[in-house]
Amino acid sequence: MLIKKASDIRPSEITPSEVFRDRRRWLQLAAGASALALLPRGVAAADKFADLKPGAYRIDEKLTPYESVTTYNNFYEFGTDKEDPAKRAGSLRTRPWAVVVDGAVGKPRTFAIEEILKMAPLEERIYRLRCVEAWSMVVPWVGFPLAELLKRVEPTGSAKFVEFTTLLDPTQMPGQRGTVLDWPYREGLRIDEAMHPLTLLTVGLYGEVLPNQNGAPIRIVVPWKYGFKSAKSIVRIRLTETQPETTWNLAGPKEYGFYSNVNPDVDHPRWSQAKERRIGEFFKRPTLPFNGYAEQVAQLYAGMDLQRYF
Amino acid sequence: MRWNNPPVAFVSSTRLAVFFASLAPLILLVHKGLGDALGANPIEKITRTTGWWTLFFLAVTLAVTPARKLAGWPWLGRLRRMLGLFAFFYGLLHFLTYFVLDQFFDWMSIGKDIVKRPYITIGFTAFVLLIPLAATSTDGMIRRLGGKGWRRLHKLVYIIAGAGVLHFAWLVKKDITEPLIFGFAVAALLGWRAVDGLRNARRPALDPTAPLVRARGRPSPPGS
Repeated sequence: MLIKKASDIRPSEITPSEVFRDRRRWLQLAAGASALALLPRGVAAADKFADLKPGAYRIDEKLTPYESVTTYNNFYEFGTDKEDPAKRAGSLRTRPWAVVVDGAVGKPRTFAIEEILKMAPLEERIYRLRCVEAWSMVVPWVGFPLAELLKRVEPTGSAKFVEFTTLLDPTQMPGQRGTVLDWPYREGLRIDEAMHPLTLLTVGLYGEVLPNQNGAPIRIVVPWKYGFKSAKSIVRIRLTETQPETTWNLAGPKEYGFYSNVNPDVDHPRWSQAKERRIGEFFKRPTLPFNGYAEQVAQLYAGMDLQRYF
Repeated sequence: MRWNNPPVAFVSSTRLAVFFASLAPLILLVHKGLGDALGANPIEKITRTTGWWTLFFLAVTLAVTPARKLAGWPWLGRLRRMLGLFAFFYGLLHFLTYFVLDQFFDWMSIGKDIVKRPYITIGFTAFVLLIPLAATSTDGMIRRLGGKGWRRLHKLVYIIAGAGVLHFAWLVKKDITEPLIFGFAVAALLGWRAVDGLRNARRPALDPTAPLVRARGRPSPPGS
């Protein structure tokens, strides 16, 4: 395992914020003054987190450039092309924003985004992101463990799963006017997966507020699973006793399992998962079991047939 | 100008214009590549772009005969060979992108893909079938095969276009809008041929479009 401790990464290894910020400004300028005026405050380039702690989980691999992380996205709510979310997510309003947390919990509650941002110390974690389409990135996320939030609502003993629901609003999310997926987008985890310290409730990347196209204002990141498991722009987190229905599983039950752990030995029916192309690299690299996080999470699946529960 | 029989100069300049227009997608792709403007995943972008234009040129090639007959402009037929060769050209670029850029000569992985992945099996088959069509596109080959044999061989393009559409539909993750558009276009173009064939069979004596007479004494590969 190549997980570095926080102190092992020198600040100089991280792309200086001026560099990506500058690119970003150019993009915004190119989008025109009117578009700039329409940008919600939440995505203005000035929003940088002040006191970020380097988190415990930081892999020692080259970061995918900010520009790639924010212009190559699967976020069908804004269109099915990878470039669509960056072009069209300006219509998403991230304030006011609230997240309902309910279901099998002792204290169901609605949390305003401001409250969530202050709930626990924000840390920066550097995770691999492996898409089911066989490409991957390395992203410095900002957030805190989802467990911190879940603890506050006191899950009951019968809570076995956690369901995440993305905002449903075709006026803000033009992709929802089509029927390519069954909206709203829903994803789910087993409760032990949701409580795992690697599962990150995420509010930023590259030290700044999450850009809309990356799932603003709040998303989860589950680094050992294919990217689609990590729901974006979440408005509801519901604890359930039975396994929730999930959007991609409904769209293609034979292709997208509930677990969808990164696994080089279980191919997608239509393509191989043995290798991946790291964005920015020419040669493909072998895909690692659990996306390289086997040491931390493999025991969650001890005794399970991973070919069957894919 | 009589549109059904325009001056030779007009036809030649149209052919030249179509030639350069057909090169435009490649020029644009190279231009973007040199300007680092192919996005975060350039290999995927090149693969998608060359594949899209292959299907486009297959559809346009299939549209020539219906357009020529419906408009009554026989000279349109003189664009068909070039358009068909562009379909082959973009198909070749598409194949090479997969072979070299995507897989980098990884024979094992390519072999497995062709055997195990239906969308690659059918795409690869379609490309292989295009080769004999490109190879027999010269005047010499047409003469050698004879009009009838040439026509029979080149009916393969119907299968190739269908296979190309399936290849596209099977590879997209969920959004099949574009494969459907190509599918409808190809289905309409093939459907027109079926109807036209039936009509001609019923009243052959009245067929106004029978063998296209070529001005420069070329062997004619007419038909549909």
